[in-house]
Amino acid sequence: MSMNNQGRPTRSEDIETGCAPATFTGNRALILEEKLIFESGSTDRTGIDFPAAPDAPSKLGGLERSVEIGLPGLSESETVRHYTRLSRQNYGIDLGFFPLGSCTMKHNPRLNEKMARLPGFADIHPLQPQQTVQGAYQVIDELADWLKTLTGMPAVAMSPKAGAHGELCGVLAIRSALEARGDAREVILVPESAHGTNPATAAFAGYKVEDIPATKEGRVDLDALIARLGPDVAGVMITNPNTCGLFERDMKKISDAVHEAGGFVYCDGANFNAIVGKVRPGDLGVDAMHINLHKTFSTPHGGGGPGSGPVVFSEALAPFAPLPFVEGQGGEYRLVEEENAEEHHASSFGRMVAFHGQMGMFTRALTYMLSHGADGLRQVSEDAVLNANYILRSLEDVLDAPFAPSGPCMHEALFSDKGFADGFTTLDIAKGLIDEGFHPMTMYFPLVVHGAMLIEPTETESKDAIDEFVGALRHVVAAAKSGDANLKAAPHHAPRRRLDETMAARKPVLVYKDSETAA
Amino acid sequence: MRYLPLTPDDRDAMLARIGVASVDDLFSDVPEEARLTGTIRDLPDHASEMAVERHMQKLANKNLVAGSVPFFLGAGAYRHHVPSSVDHLIQRGEFLTAYTPYQPEIAQGTLQVLFEFQTQVARLFGCDVANASMYDGSTACWEAITMAGRITRRKKALLSNGLHPHYVSVANSMARFTGDDVISSAPELSAKTDIADLIDMIDAETSCVVVQYPDILGRMEDLTALAAKAQEAGALLVAVVTEPVALGAVKSPGEMGADIVVGEGQSLGVGLQFGGPYVGLFACKQKYVRQMPGRLCGETVDAEGKRGFVLTLSTREQHIRREKATSNICTNSGLCALAFSIHMTLLGEKGLRDLAQLNHAKAVKAAQQLAQIDGVSVVNDSFFNEFTVILPVDAREAVRELADRSILGGVSLGRLYPNESELSHALLITVTETCTDADVDALVSALREVLS
Ligand SMILES: Cc1ncc(COP(=O)(O)O)c(C=O)c1O
Repeated sequence: MSMNNQGRPTRSEDIETGCAPATFTGNRALILEEKLIFESGSTDRTGIDFPAAPDAPSKLGGLERSVEIGLPGLSESETVRHYTRLSRQNYGIDLGFFPLGSCTMKHNPRLNEKMARLPGFADIHPLQPQQTVQGAYQVIDELADWLKTLTGMPAVAMSPKAGAHGELCGVLAIRSALEARGDAREVILVPESAHGTNPATAAFAGYKVEDIPATKEGRVDLDALIARLGPDVAGVMITNPNTCGLFERDMKKISDAVHEAGGFVYCDGANFNAIVGKVRPGDLGVDAMHINLHKTFSTPHGGGGPGSGPVVFSEALAPFAPLPFVEGQGGEYRLVEEENAEEHHASSFGRMVAFHGQMGMFTRALTYMLSHGADGLRQVSEDAVLNANYILRSLEDVLDAPFAPSGPCMHEALFSDKGFADGFTTLDIAKGLIDEGFHPMTMYFPLVVHGAMLIEPTETESKDAIDEFVGALRHVVAAAKSGDANLKAAPHHAPRRRLDETMAARKPVLVYKDSETAA
Repeated sequence: MRYLPLTPDDRDAMLARIGVASVDDLFSDVPEEARLTGTIRDLPDHASEMAVERHMQKLANKNLVAGSVPFFLGAGAYRHHVPSSVDHLIQRGEFLTAYTPYQPEIAQGTLQVLFEFQTQVARLFGCDVANASMYDGSTACWEAITMAGRITRRKKALLSNGLHPHYVSVANSMARFTGDDVISSAPELSAKTDIADLIDMIDAETSCVVVQYPDILGRMEDLTALAAKAQEAGALLVAVVTEPVALGAVKSPGEMGADIVVGEGQSLGVGLQFGGPYVGLFACKQKYVRQMPGRLCGETVDAEGKRGFVLTLSTREQHIRREKATSNICTNSGLCALAFSIHMTLLGEKGLRDLAQLNHAKAVKAAQQLAQIDGVSVVNDSFFNEFTVILPVDAREAVRELADRSILGGVSLGRLYPNESELSHALLITVTETCTDADVDALVSALREVLS
């Protein structure tokens, strides 16, 4: 077939450019507005066919539903379109650079997805007879082995569901160990730069939280910490590399001091990506550390989870690790649960979760580890650190980098909002970056730096991608310094302009109300 | 290495810009004695896709796939048919590879999904509001207990003996540290639940009563009186739903007065996955919304007045509140919530009712067939798609012998309650739409053989 070009203009020079007019539909070509399912669907429409139910008497105990639930359905074709349209209003790593500090948004290999979906992993029940799921236990055991070897720690609890859940696991093990020796300590020390989950976890576990002061260099103040240690301190929670992107040089000294004072050392391992294959936390005196498989080991973030937060333990804490766990003996695996824990795991603090953890994340993480191998993982941390330092040194002449003078950073570079024109903030930088086609960095975290911007490129970005980002960020920073009103109004090109978060919180609308359509 | 784009030339150019001679100089803050030289021994080096796939497939082959045999397990994890479009849609990179929607202007996809998800969950549970998901049902259950404690300022939680034993275990482990008083016991093999006993046990110290619906033995009873009694005493009723499909057939806990309804959403969209990742559902009455754990998505407008969605009420959360937060949860179960929501959208009300009816009718027929085996009796008067039978032999043994015949016949209560000898002959059997008549016939005849 050939195109009939008669009378068809083929050049665009006569077209007027300039401000885009509003469209009739509100759509803008590939950016399509999408109604809520409560506006487009109906309760009698469905995208799934079922065979008729066989005749059988009801045994519902007289509890038959009498009122409508109000769940709208869509046909399959409409469903696919609804979610496809919504997906296009999202930014993901697949689309571009996503330097969200502390979140390690690296490429998610598709082999991982394929392996997690093998029916032998995806379609097995957690309570199947143990003889029918030996391969699943082997996955858990092999992954546990990698984690123990990479961290130099003797034990690992696999069941925690995410980083914060892992923190809870570690802190509960600390408390159990102290209780076992009759030592009721009350305080956990946490640096101000720590992630919010650290103090929240310590409080959840019944501890009082006190700040550890930081040095001007952005590290734990060793002398102040030592001065605070005493018989009431159960332990410390230290992030290493820390959330300023710096390695805690004194980690071993910190651990020794805490141990000497009878406490334990929890390490937040969210930033393990910077040191995997280069440093073993076990060599630094750490007693417990969670590992975010959804960061360091590339399991996808899915718009907010699921994650997985296995916790490695020192000899001192291992006996208190939670149930259940997998134990291998002569090629046979078994589950240690409430039933058989008495045999040799009587001090476990118990179960944190139904079943045995995030199997779907285990298969992905193991696939990733096998793909990279020991040599690849070492290269991962080296490239992650190289990329971050490259960013630090490419921006420090235009952005205030409070800790840059003290030396290299690890996997992420931290900047502040110093020097922007009056009224211009980190938020404006973020929104400007959105218009330039990038996901912004982490903003306003850690709290120790004013208007913090935490940039974590990860190892899966190319030099070209980083150069482009640096160029765009320098441009946006220049706008913030000169007080460019356009930046204040950014983003201009995203599916939505700035959203009113104050209004959302003042009069929360958390579910769709049918009356809205009438209004 | 296929996931690493930097070339040796790139690395050299970047080191030059940084002003160091080698990558090792960037690790100068790591004390010498803690630095590893060379790669870690005992671990293999990198491998091709092909080699990795071969290894993983070998491990997968060692497992007996649920879908390859007659399959009747439940007890908090249910095997339902997940339509193909669900897995296709959740693998769109814009959903799969996004983070928590901290930048709402470029995360409206995730946010609108969460708003729809919250609405679906709230309506299904008969509650005013729902959050954007928890890790799973068991952790959602514990969070509900702590939330009730914050609201009532009381510390005693009465757990129904029909609550999933793993959920009870989680609550017991946590309560040991928080100082909460958790009262629980093992279920009795009778047709009646312990609702009447729970009503008697409520007192002025009770913060909440936690009851599973349908319960661990599959039984269901009206919760209205229990809710009223709890509230009269200043306590809350927390209802736990591990099989949300049931609510296509029976009244929701919210309709019967529950204050907080939590659940496991794995039944829809997520699959068995050997226990995780799953998706915790969390809903409650409007008046308790500021005590909820976890993320909440809310509606707002943008600078041009267009409707949009954002994460909201975050002053409850760890990143703002730190040690005063309602929970320490951060990453939740977003992608599983998406899968749940897509599956629910495909079903719609009609589909959910049809699915529920199909499950129930198949289960009723299977129970009738099983009851005809000599020595086998059904405990339940009421059930949805899961019921308990008593065997003349130890049920764990029977399950193993059925597995030897390539039938996954159910969950023995001995596995769930190893220390309760009175429960050792009980077997929990679940029949969903995925079980064919031939599957049920195979179970019945294999069980006859095992028992003969
Ligand atoms: C430093 C740090 N600690 C802990 C966490 C909590 O991990 P998760 O979100 O998996 O619970 C995060 C995640 O954002 C983090 O960045």
